[in-house]
Amino acid sequence: MNPSDTLRFAVRAAFSHPLRSSLLVLAMSIGMAAVVILTALGDGMRNYIVGQFVSLGSNLIIVMPGRTETGGLKLGSFATNTPRDLTIEDANSLQRVDHVRRVAPVSAGNTEVAANGRLREVMVIGTTANYIDIRRFSISQGRFLPDEDWNRSGYVAVIGSTLQNELFGDKSPIGQMIRVGDNRLRIIGVLSPAGQGLESNTDELVIVPVATSLAIFNTNTLLHILIETIDRDTIEPVKAKLEQIIRTRHTGELDVTLITQDAVLSTFDRILSATTMGLVGIAAISLVVAGILVMNVMLVAVTQRTAEIGLLKALGASNRSIMHLFITEATLLSLMGTLSGFILGHLGAWSIRLNWPILPAWPPAWAVAAALGVALCSGLVFGVMPAQRAAALDPVLALTGH
Amino acid sequence: MVQIKLENITRAFRLGESTVRALSSVSVTIDAGEYVAIMGPSGSGKSTMLNLLGLLDRPDAGRYRFEGRDVTTLASNELAAIRRTRIGFVFQSFHLIPRLTAAENVALPLMLAGESPEIRRQRVNDVLKKVGLSMRAGHRPDELSGGQRQRIAIARAIIMQPAILLADEPTGNLDRHTGQEVIELLETLNAAGMTLIVVTHDSSIGHRSRRRLMMVDGVLNDSRENT
Repeated sequence: MNPSDTLRFAVRAAFSHPLRSSLLVLAMSIGMAAVVILTALGDGMRNYIVGQFVSLGSNLIIVMPGRTETGGLKLGSFATNTPRDLTIEDANSLQRVDHVRRVAPVSAGNTEVAANGRLREVMVIGTTANYIDIRRFSISQGRFLPDEDWNRSGYVAVIGSTLQNELFGDKSPIGQMIRVGDNRLRIIGVLSPAGQGLESNTDELVIVPVATSLAIFNTNTLLHILIETIDRDTIEPVKAKLEQIIRTRHTGELDVTLITQDAVLSTFDRILSATTMGLVGIAAISLVVAGILVMNVMLVAVTQRTAEIGLLKALGASNRSIMHLFITEATLLSLMGTLSGFILGHLGAWSIRLNWPILPAWPPAWAVAAALGVALCSGLVFGVMPAQRAAALDPVLALTGH
Repeated sequence: MVQIKLENITRAFRLGESTVRALSSVSVTIDAGEYVAIMGPSGSGKSTMLNLLGLLDRPDAGRYRFEGRDVTTLASNELAAIRRTRIGFVFQSFHLIPRLTAAENVALPLMLAGESPEIRRQRVNDVLKKVGLSMRAGHRPDELSGGQRQRIAIARAIIMQPAILLADEPTGNLDRHTGQEVIELLETLNAAGMTLIVVTHDSSIGHRSRRRLMMVDGVLNDSRENT
């Protein structure tokens, strides 16, 4: 029997039971659509979160005080093990390293602020003029901290947009005084709304000069130092150089931890990729269920068409021809289901992108290819058993419909 | 020329606990071009006989020579090849595939044999003309009368130009008049040289044949040997 005749015969057979065939196609397409939509969601989420990290400022190295490491018992162990403070001078010394574009010391603490007769508990960030560029923030009113000596405790503050609304409402806060802890500071700028960030909700921050913040919280140590290199490739050499400088400054002991954006990013990438894989696994179950449905439908088809199979055998059809007919029909049905599910899934992903433009819900190519493969294979594999049953029918019994 | 030679063919079926001998030690010889009626009451073994002759079933014992070739030991695909090229079947219930048109039903054996669409079209036109249904080529079986359906089935049976035509109660589902037409069509084909073997319990049809094989409880009584 010619392949084209086999195909035509199988198509006619599949279409002779439109309801049964379309239900099967529907089941298969739901499975396929589930894979496409779930992977689109998973991958979209991953891209969104990774994108958020990148927007934080790429090429970033964060120097944090303290270091966790395993050590043996030696003479030095009896001396104090408390990490040295990470100071403004430390930050200052890092500015001179090659390939470093910007450095911003950061200190932070929670305190009460009062302005315009209103009181609020907020986070205060102490930093320098570079901070706004490293963090990619922008100013909606006034200006950011002035670029001046880092040790000078200027009595100025920049506030977040939510804080501005809460304390001043519609009035412009520029030039107004705000009490932060025991200090009265003059507001010189308001940040544009930015949402959730690294330290906390940036819309509720008060940003003050780093020396002022250290004075307010009566401490010498910074929370961390943000260092931006000129490009991605220079992160590693800069990191090595930074470690060397800190070690020298801290009497030979490396008592800081350096975190790069890359490390955080790749961890998140791994976690979210695993999540996507999990979603694929769940969706794949529905594909296997659809495959079992293919088998069931084909078994019913063999039973219903017993007399027809008997006739084909009487007319001289070989067992192989009959197997081909039924496998072709099963493959055809799963192919139609897979393709319609593929389209359905893409429509679903498209409507997600339409409704939540922030989420780049594109199904990854590998997941789509794998799902297509699984759907086709399950159609084939689950079609073989019914086809074998058809081929093995006894022609005499089959002709009488048994 | 001897076309069919059965030697001591036995075929038994298990029905629950008991074993039914549908054919017991049947021997018969049929020449090419003969017109034979297999007759007998229901359960006498005539359908089993036809299935064996048509290579749809295998005997439990004995030897079957088809056109000089021992077919009792052939594999099922070799039997299928012989059925495809040498044997045409006509059934009581027509066995047309309802979703295919008359022409497509007729073309089925050619399609199974892997013939090209052009040859199929030509041959289908020829046989449809022969059975007088050229006008019905595009109709589906449910749009045809019983007699027309059986003529389509006959067209399908002869499209491969087989040596033997096996008809199992070909008039069983037809009224007397259409049955008569169908039998006449089969007889025309026989007159053209095709061996015709008809299974029937209708004696009026059986008596039209030149030779009758009477079956009773799996035993064969040949009219030719008696006369």
